[in-house]
Amino acid sequence: MSETTLGGIAGRMPKFIRRADPAVLTAFACIVLLLFLGSLYSRSFLSPEYLLQQLKVASFLGVIATGMMLVVLLGQIDLSVPWSVAAGAMMACAAAAYGPVGVALAIPFGIFCGVLIGIVNGIGVAYLRIPSMIITLATNAVAQGLMVVYTGGFSPQDSATRAMRYLATGFTIPGVPNAVIIWAVIGAAMVFVLTRTGFGRTVYGIGNRERAAYLSGIDTRRVVMIAFAVSGGLSAFGGVLLAGYASKAAQSMGDAYLLPSIAAVVLGGTSILGGRGSYLGTVAGVILITLLQSILSVMQMPEAGRQIIYGVVIVAMLLLYGRAPASR
Amino acid sequence: MKDWRYWLAEQRGTLLALGIFIVMFVIYTSNHPAGFTANVVQTAANKGVLLAFVAMAQTLVVITAGIDLSVGMIFLLTNCLASWLVVGTPMQTTLGVIAVLAVGLLCGAINGAIVIYGRLQPIVATIATGAVYYGIGLLLRPFPGGSVNEDLADALTGRVFDVVPASLVVLLAIVLVIWVPFSRSVLGRAAYAAGSSETAAYMSGVPIRRGKFAAYTLAGLLAAIGGLFLTFFTYTGDAAYASGNAYTLFSIAAVVLGGVSLFGGKGSAIGAIFGALAFRTIGDLLFVFDFDPLWQPLFQGVILLIAVSLGAFALFRVRNRLEWFL
Repeated sequence: MSETTLGGIAGRMPKFIRRADPAVLTAFACIVLLLFLGSLYSRSFLSPEYLLQQLKVASFLGVIATGMMLVVLLGQIDLSVPWSVAAGAMMACAAAAYGPVGVALAIPFGIFCGVLIGIVNGIGVAYLRIPSMIITLATNAVAQGLMVVYTGGFSPQDSATRAMRYLATGFTIPGVPNAVIIWAVIGAAMVFVLTRTGFGRTVYGIGNRERAAYLSGIDTRRVVMIAFAVSGGLSAFGGVLLAGYASKAAQSMGDAYLLPSIAAVVLGGTSILGGRGSYLGTVAGVILITLLQSILSVMQMPEAGRQIIYGVVIVAMLLLYGRAPASR
Repeated sequence: MKDWRYWLAEQRGTLLALGIFIVMFVIYTSNHPAGFTANVVQTAANKGVLLAFVAMAQTLVVITAGIDLSVGMIFLLTNCLASWLVVGTPMQTTLGVIAVLAVGLLCGAINGAIVIYGRLQPIVATIATGAVYYGIGLLLRPFPGGSVNEDLADALTGRVFDVVPASLVVLLAIVLVIWVPFSRSVLGRAAYAAGSSETAAYMSGVPIRRGKFAAYTLAGLLAAIGGLFLTFFTYTGDAAYASGNAYTLFSIAAVVLGGVSLFGGKGSAIGAIFGALAFRTIGDLLFVFDFDPLWQPLFQGVILLIAVSLGAFALFRVRNRLEWFL
């Protein structure tokens, strides 16, 4: 209903604005607002170096949020992000301890561990029909348990390989950090998959009504499982990049990525009920969250204040445009 | 069918949880070096009751087909608040307890208002409010510390007549004062109806919004009672992120073990209490069998995974494959 009234107002606007999702426009408007507020606070806020640095920090969240978005589009959620990130990072660093072969296979092995977690999630959700938030919480706990047993309760001593550090902090093209290039490549691949392939159309279809997708002859369960596996793999890859950025893996490194990744996807206009959303929105959400974090830390806001502002901003933005239709 | 068979069918989940708890507790005490003594029971009860309160809170929300991922954080927030307020003379202590419970009610009411009147998805809304509650808790207690009225704390965590753990008596009282009246009231019925089928309940004129709102609000209150008890056990307030997360997670495990359906409309808080006690006992089994404590997170995670996978057995009863997609 709201779309028809909005359509009436938007009818008088230029075509490219009319076609855009109001949520994505709101998110971009908030980014501009944050940049404006930041530039009032400090002159250096609009310098290219600072903005590029923010984009680099955003790319870690961007990679993780890409996987989250795929799952949210299905109408599911992946709460196993924290320990998928940590497991990816820790296993990649651990593999590096096993000679030159281990070093060469470190990154694929880290991603592989994330994919394994994702496959367990996928089997639970798609074939055992367990609600996704429950099974992903459970696999998160199991992954945590495995990592605690593996490390013996301490932070692992293994440090990141040179390749991991190069991926996260190096420059292949002068001036553009590698992490940003990686995010761009993964983002482009996701846009291609979502808009140009049958798999992508199926994801939207399942998000709208899985029953209808199933009756159209699609093996919906396989699609759901692949989506969860991809999400786990991307979380782990995000962890690998983070380990390269910090040059070592730590146990709780993923905790700070669960809420931001969900928030980035949802603030970007992807419906948490599934079936609606664009990758452009997720990009906007990721940049928005990263800028918000950056401004709060520049203002030297303590952790407590950051958590409160975070929660309030997410609830407020959702109340603006993420509400479910009224029941009548 | 006879009346008792209806009753049995209704209480199957609760009775199963009770059975699991009794079996686990017998294994636990019979292998405990001290055996079945009042001391062992008291320690086990004190640990179990904390989770039982949080699990009861989770049950109320799960019955309405929602989920509250902020219960652990309300638990932490009220713990931090109680370490400031529940001190001093008996009068001050009483006021402090009332204030802590009121804050719990308020947190629950905020969750309820956002989910029901704001029409947001419970998962995202309660993750976000959980971050806010955790932030406030951290503001109150940036470092572990504070104190509590130790007379009251010792009275509520000790033993009544030197036999029965006082915490169990309090738990029973809370069940009688909050859960029994709620589940028999119109609002409680509305909460069940909303979880079972919101559309049908709406069409029948059941006050689903008020019922759900009451469930979320009482969940906040129960989590606050849990937070109060945590303060009585530890004598301090501590805003530990990992601990809040763990309680949220364990509350879901307890609810599932207690036979409460995550799809809503089925189960009882009493089942969840036995689920919580059973979950705690299973977690502590490792200690009596002398395992390395490092294995405990993995062990609890695997139990959780198995508990939630048990729900999949319902798939065998599905006649039409379209019922897979609820």
